[in-house]
Amino acid sequence: MKELLLAASDETLYTVLDAIKDELNKNGCPGDVQTQILISAEEIYVNIAHYAYGGKAGEAKVQIEVGGDPKTCKVVFYDRGMQYNPLEKEDPDTTLSADERQIGGLGVFMVKTMMDKVDYKYTDGQNIFTMIKKL
Amino acid sequence: MEITEKKNEGQIVLAVSGSVDTVTSPELQKAILTAFQKSKDLVIDMAGVPYMSSAGLRALLIGQKTATSKGGSMALTGVQNTVMQVFEMSGFSRVLTIK
Repeated sequence: MKELLLAASDETLYTVLDAIKDELNKNGCPGDVQTQILISAEEIYVNIAHYAYGGKAGEAKVQIEVGGDPKTCKVVFYDRGMQYNPLEKEDPDTTLSADERQIGGLGVFMVKTMMDKVDYKYTDGQNIFTMIKKL
Repeated sequence: MEITEKKNEGQIVLAVSGSVDTVTSPELQKAILTAFQKSKDLVIDMAGVPYMSSAGLRALLIGQKTATSKGGSMALTGVQNTVMQVFEMSGFSRVLTIK
């Protein structure tokens, strides 16, 4: 398992994505599945970076685990910001026209669609978001 | 990400290559809005884009809304399968003009 402790900001996004990419490449993950995992990781990590600490500095921890039989990729995000369950956010209406569509609100919906399993819990003052994808 | 701007029979063509993500999408959004100041018809060549997160979708939606408000058009060409999957799951395949 790989673990990263980072200042939660856009500037550390590529550190997270590169670490996940490394683990997936080591495990022969197909390109399209890899892209889905990386997009999902970006959506969750950026949410933490932008909103968890209300614009102030804060930390995020990311754990990456690839393995098992059947092989899966599990990424767990921790932060000590405001309690927030992204899974409670209402899904956007993807049938609306361009004029009717709101800017934003798609990220978490994409994560729920692309991952095989997602879970949120708030424990010991930490938001813990887990996402799992079969490779 | 790199963006190259060309003119083709009154249309502006933006050729984009690289990942369109949270870090790079503001640059794409700026290029789209700048292009619409010069022409009401825009083509975005996406052949070099293998990755797009919701931040990129946001930039494209702003572009589409701008095209509509100007009575113009925004078309995407060369969309890769991984990006098309994102368009389909988000409903953007119905919202955008994809050639």
